[in-house]
Amino acid sequence: MTDRKADPAVDRRDVAWWSDKAVSVLVFLGGISAILFIIGIFVFITREGFGFGEHFKAGEIFGSTRWAPTSDSNPTYGILALVAGTASVTGLAMLIAVPFSLGAAIYIAEFAKGRTREVLKVLVEMLAAIPSVVWGFIGLTIMNPLIIQTFDVPIGLCVLNSGLILGLMAAPIMTTIAEDALKAVPDSYREAAEALGATRWQVTRRVVLPAARQGLLAAVLLGVGRGFGETMAVLMASGHSINLPTSPFDSVRALTATIAAELGETAVGSPHYQALFMLGILLFAVTFLINLAADLIVRGIRKG
Amino acid sequence: MFDATPRNLKDARREGLVRILFLLMTALLVLPVLLILGVLVAKGGSALSWDFLFTEPTDGMTAGGLLPALVGTIWLVVIALIVSVPIGIAAALYLSEYAPDNWLTRAINLAIINLAGVPSIVHALFGVGAFVIFFGFGTSILAASFTLAVMTLPVVIVSTREALQAVPQSFREACWNMGATRWQTIRKVVLPNSISGILTGVILEVSRTAGETAPIMFTGAAFFLPFLPESVYDQTMAMSLHLFVVATQVPNVPDNLPFGVALVLIGMVLAMNAISIAFRTWLRRKKKW
Repeated sequence: MTDRKADPAVDRRDVAWWSDKAVSVLVFLGGISAILFIIGIFVFITREGFGFGEHFKAGEIFGSTRWAPTSDSNPTYGILALVAGTASVTGLAMLIAVPFSLGAAIYIAEFAKGRTREVLKVLVEMLAAIPSVVWGFIGLTIMNPLIIQTFDVPIGLCVLNSGLILGLMAAPIMTTIAEDALKAVPDSYREAAEALGATRWQVTRRVVLPAARQGLLAAVLLGVGRGFGETMAVLMASGHSINLPTSPFDSVRALTATIAAELGETAVGSPHYQALFMLGILLFAVTFLINLAADLIVRGIRKG
Repeated sequence: MFDATPRNLKDARREGLVRILFLLMTALLVLPVLLILGVLVAKGGSALSWDFLFTEPTDGMTAGGLLPALVGTIWLVVIALIVSVPIGIAAALYLSEYAPDNWLTRAINLAIINLAGVPSIVHALFGVGAFVIFFGFGTSILAASFTLAVMTLPVVIVSTREALQAVPQSFREACWNMGATRWQTIRKVVLPNSISGILTGVILEVSRTAGETAPIMFTGAAFFLPFLPESVYDQTMAMSLHLFVVATQVPNVPDNLPFGVALVLIGMVLAMNAISIAFRTWLRRKKKW
């Protein structure tokens, strides 16, 4: 017997075999590219912001409301007011978006039928498609005068304005994911409840909602992540003044908007520039945790 | 004997109320889309004309058209697609056709969710750090397109994976039984049966890419550059940033100009979306299995 590998008649590694191998390597590279990009985002942002270490005073950064990186005499990098800005806008947005999105998801998944349902789903998709800069423009040109007139306040670029807009922006993703979670509840659950004479609402409240609880929570989390990270709309509609808000009519400035507004004016490598990249790492870390939490919750459903 | 008891009547009343309440909530959520479109058309419609689309801005952007921004957006979208579509389809093929259920696959899925969830301004910082500075592209169309490509990659991956998984497993098995390799099966059976679904996702990505502002602000889009880009190393104007600029940065802009820009931008984006939705509906209807 000769060596099998040396015998061309037995060797089946033809063109098809080699191209199959080559493709499996290529698609694997494509597959892990998502991981590489996430690592790349972390590495390249850290690389630019790393030099900020020498200016890093934890007490000042997390304890001060004074964000004044351009001050000549005493540059301070307190992010408290920016965090308060982001939190107030996102908080108001969620106050609006969570009930409405869950309501819409319940209506679309449990009550609407046929054509109505299709039309509603398309409209939700359209809502998701509106670019954030257009939302910001709406806040600036339509909501601003509307708020000034309605509430008789001097300026309408405030927590209320950007919160409303952000709520509308975060609603589609929450509605879509919540609807998926409701759809994932087996129909046999509904049928069992209906057989006992329950109305549609009783079925929804007693059977479907408890069964879809975790998926709904994941939907809310992803909506929070969306609101938290929104940049252009908040930049244009929040008034962009550093402030600890005490009422919905105060102007605030968000973390994301600060980066967008200031990055263009900083010199590469300056402490201010590095500080903005540090903010970027903070944003990255928080959204990463939110997404991880949502993923773990969803995974819990599949196991349970 | 079959009369409704008071209890039944109460349940039925509540059922009706709840239904109306949820319908109202849904309506309040989707009404703004129609409202916004209405306002944009009413206020910006008067700015629209062929000249508006096909001439350059003049008088410090307070007059003239938006040709450079329109052309710039097309450049950005096309190059972003050239980068992200092959990578995205490869990733989707891996996840749908090759990936075993292990920790690596879970990590990839988590990375995709994160790529979609990371704030757009963080993508912008990544673009500056990686493409503008580290790879030395400078602020250019190339750097901006790459940033957009990374950002919209999850759209392609997720929609392509869905399209691939809609092809029944039995199709693949039949092909394997004929002695075909995995790649031959994908090329001859899986891709032809899912190509329209993949296209739907690509169109959706076009619409997403065209509207993004933050990621291109510092990587390659210029506030004002009244001529057309000549190479991928040039900066360019873009529709989305142009809207931001005429709305916030330029004094004495006539009222209808920014509304006109917003109308053209949203028209582009929604048209792409509508095509994608129509395509999907048509696909679902003609599907035979």
